[in-house]
Amino acid sequence: MLRKYLNRIKPNFEPGGKLHAFQSVFDGFETFLYTPNSTSKPGGTHVHDSLDSKRVMIIVVLALMPCLLFGMYNTGYQNFLGSGAETFPFWSLMAYGFLAILPRIVVTYVVGLGIEFVVAQWRKEEIQEGFLVTGILIPLICPIETPIWMLAVATAFSVIFVKEVFGGTGFNIFNVALTARAVLFFGYPSYMSGDRVFISSEPICGIGGTVNFADGISGATPLGQIANHTGGALELTNIVGEKLSTLDAFIGLIPGSFGETSTLCVLIGALILLFTGIASWRIMLSVVAGGLFMGWVANLFQTPLYPGSFLAPLDQLVYGGFAFAAVFMATDPVTAARTGVGKYIYGFLVGVIAVIIRVYNNGYPEGAMLAVLLMNAFAPLIDYCVVQANINRRMRRLKQQA
Amino acid sequence: MAEKIGNSSVFFNPFSKNNPVVVQVLGICSVLAVTAKLEPAIVMGISVIAVLAFSNVIISLIRNTIPTNIRIIVQLVVVAGLVIIVDQLLKAYTYDVSKQLSVFIGLIITNCILMGRLEAFAMANKPWPSFLDGIGNGIGYTLILVIVAFFRELLGSGTLLGYQVVPQSFYEAGYVNNGLMILPPMALIVVACIIWVQRACNKELQED
Repeated sequence: MLRKYLNRIKPNFEPGGKLHAFQSVFDGFETFLYTPNSTSKPGGTHVHDSLDSKRVMIIVVLALMPCLLFGMYNTGYQNFLGSGAETFPFWSLMAYGFLAILPRIVVTYVVGLGIEFVVAQWRKEEIQEGFLVTGILIPLICPIETPIWMLAVATAFSVIFVKEVFGGTGFNIFNVALTARAVLFFGYPSYMSGDRVFISSEPICGIGGTVNFADGISGATPLGQIANHTGGALELTNIVGEKLSTLDAFIGLIPGSFGETSTLCVLIGALILLFTGIASWRIMLSVVAGGLFMGWVANLFQTPLYPGSFLAPLDQLVYGGFAFAAVFMATDPVTAARTGVGKYIYGFLVGVIAVIIRVYNNGYPEGAMLAVLLMNAFAPLIDYCVVQANINRRMRRLKQQA
Repeated sequence: MAEKIGNSSVFFNPFSKNNPVVVQVLGICSVLAVTAKLEPAIVMGISVIAVLAFSNVIISLIRNTIPTNIRIIVQLVVVAGLVIIVDQLLKAYTYDVSKQLSVFIGLIITNCILMGRLEAFAMANKPWPSFLDGIGNGIGYTLILVIVAFFRELLGSGTLLGYQVVPQSFYEAGYVNNGLMILPPMALIVVACIIWVQRACNKELQED
């Protein structure tokens, strides 16, 4: 049915057709809906697979679904909890979260894809599909109360300056979604941290209640609480002051950026990515190893000066965006290291730096974002060193044989 | 400089076609440092124009008596003397701006534009063209400084020369100043945008 319609309008877009100018738009939609009949030209050394990059992107989006759905539930839950609701009906929570996140997803997609379409038309290229994943990642890693126009500005900035000027999808030097978050973080710091932005505080379409921050409600994230901690035993609480356990943080019913609170859902996503072989298990494993290692070191030298060092190494993994960054950000194939050994080094350093920033810089409660961006910059250098080391080893072997 | 160029092109070339900042990419550090606000940027620009023009003239006057081996030292001494005069003048008459610019007036000595012009132009030309060259390059530099500072102050603080220009109603509607604009990285990106626009307009500047 749809195929027939596409075939019928296709001649309009081919060279000579009256709508030729929009050829890339048409091509983008057609290949999005149907696997193209042609793969890259046979005769090279390339492996031909029906899994083109659009299909890869769709699987990553699927892997993000648990986080997205849980984020909706959690957003509703935090609002109901904060507004003093007696009952927590599942569908009302979901509906609330859905209505809260929907405009944000729509805005990032419209802005990001809009720029991609314009640039593709301008360069007379196919539309690249990279934004499919980025567009859903950006709302997931931002606080729910981020003003929508800020999301739009940050998305536009990072798509243009990190991706398009370097040549579009596959050429970006930094992770686009994380850059958008970094732009927000440094551009509008008061909207990206603190104790109010992580809780949606107004009723939407009659669902939910008003969260009144004046009466003892604090929406600070666990990591935010740690960063502001002074003296006494470290005790993390949820927004109404009840104690939080590691299990709560693992399941994710804590305040935080929209889609990253639940380590459980991130793990489900990780399983999907690993099972389909899309993300690198080397990177995931070594990020976790790096985080645990540095968490252990920090915990060994715990000091009241840096309250983050009181956290057990395992807790470092479940709080904040660490798990999300390890699974969805560090493994981004474009910006990560590509050599096998390089992936271990890259991942390990991401983990270590994330925890270092988190523990030893009280100004930045969360370090995962900055760690991944920093290592993005070093990934080519790591690859270069690994490749050179390989070349040197083989040269030596050659000399010994000769 | 081997080829003969007219005085007018000596003066006007640095504005756009041979701009010291966006074409030769010199003096970037001070562009990053002093452009968070428009006022210090303008003062900095004027200081550089003055130092550049007079050091060019002085070096050009004594160019035939400077021993080649120690010419850099002589140039530095001349520039340093002029920079100290400018610094003292700023401290005397515009103390606030002088405090904002802090060390960057002193660092005009190490500004690559100065050394570049002295070496490339003043050492080989008569005083009057050297003077024009100094003024021209100084204005080219100031131009970029002012453009960058304009956008950074407007978007970062909502003010121009210290006066509020973004109306209060914008803030009430939810508009917020972008703190990133105040940070130095944004100056680099604004300069990059200027280079982008300039290359797009001047096809002959595009490199492959």
